[in-house]
Amino acid sequence: MIIRRIGGGPTWERRSPFGELERMRREMDSLSEAFTGPLFREPLAGVFPLMNVTEDPDNYYMRAELPGIKADELNISVTGTSLTIAGERAIPAENEKARYHRREREAGKFSRVTSLPSQVDTSKAEARCVDGVLTVVLPKAEVVKPKQISVKTS
Amino acid sequence: MAEKERMELQAREKAEVRAPAEQTRSGPTFTPAVDIFETDQEITVLADMPGVKAKDLAIDLRKNTLTLAGDVESPEGAHEEEVLREYLTGKYYRQFTLSEGIDQSKIEAALKDGVLRLNLPKVQAATPRTITVKTG
Repeated sequence: MIIRRIGGGPTWERRSPFGELERMRREMDSLSEAFTGPLFREPLAGVFPLMNVTEDPDNYYMRAELPGIKADELNISVTGTSLTIAGERAIPAENEKARYHRREREAGKFSRVTSLPSQVDTSKAEARCVDGVLTVVLPKAEVVKPKQISVKTS
Repeated sequence: MAEKERMELQAREKAEVRAPAEQTRSGPTFTPAVDIFETDQEITVLADMPGVKAKDLAIDLRKNTLTLAGDVESPEGAHEEEVLREYLTGKYYRQFTLSEGIDQSKIEAALKDGVLRLNLPKVQAATPRTITVKTG
């Protein structure tokens, strides 16, 4: 019953047992790393930027670390169940007489689409960028929100 | 440079390090990516430390050892449940040894959009002078 949607990003149906398996795999990895040193492991989607997604009953929260990228350099769009983040990280040129000891920070374009577990209300989506961390708040569509059903007593 | 700008950014997992000293809080420690360059007057360090607030950043320079340490509070609210996790958050820590004398009183640090820019001016004696060789 392992479903991998092609082109749809990783499957992260949290309620399926496989989400739990993935978490267990990660914990096993970190356990074995403690004995044998780090294992090479691909990031889940392998596309910049890496994302964390969380949810509460009302919203999904997507976060990504984008240091040095200003909010107006990002292009974020959302349709019913997919979220696209595109932009470019530019590292301004320094003094041309500068001699480099380290140059690890990378510049370049990026574009990533990810599918959301359920429908979101696109009109109420919000994004903000604080200290180099992007947070996109995506309110769940009314139809998928859990409803409390009260039992009538006669 | 134009060539470089057209490149696509690659996804990289944050480089995790063993905690350098005794920790008072558990959690992973990462090495921030840095650019370090120098001119005749100063050394500049740029470090990517997303999520670090100015109050949680400690920069320490003693005996030519520069230490950057930053704490990141999890941005996630208490009621949020994990759906997808591709990166972890935690502390940042990195040390450098500087070979030249730095004028401690003129160090400047600025944190903007998760990038630290540290200017370390060299002491006057360390700025190179042309030495003329006398003949005769």
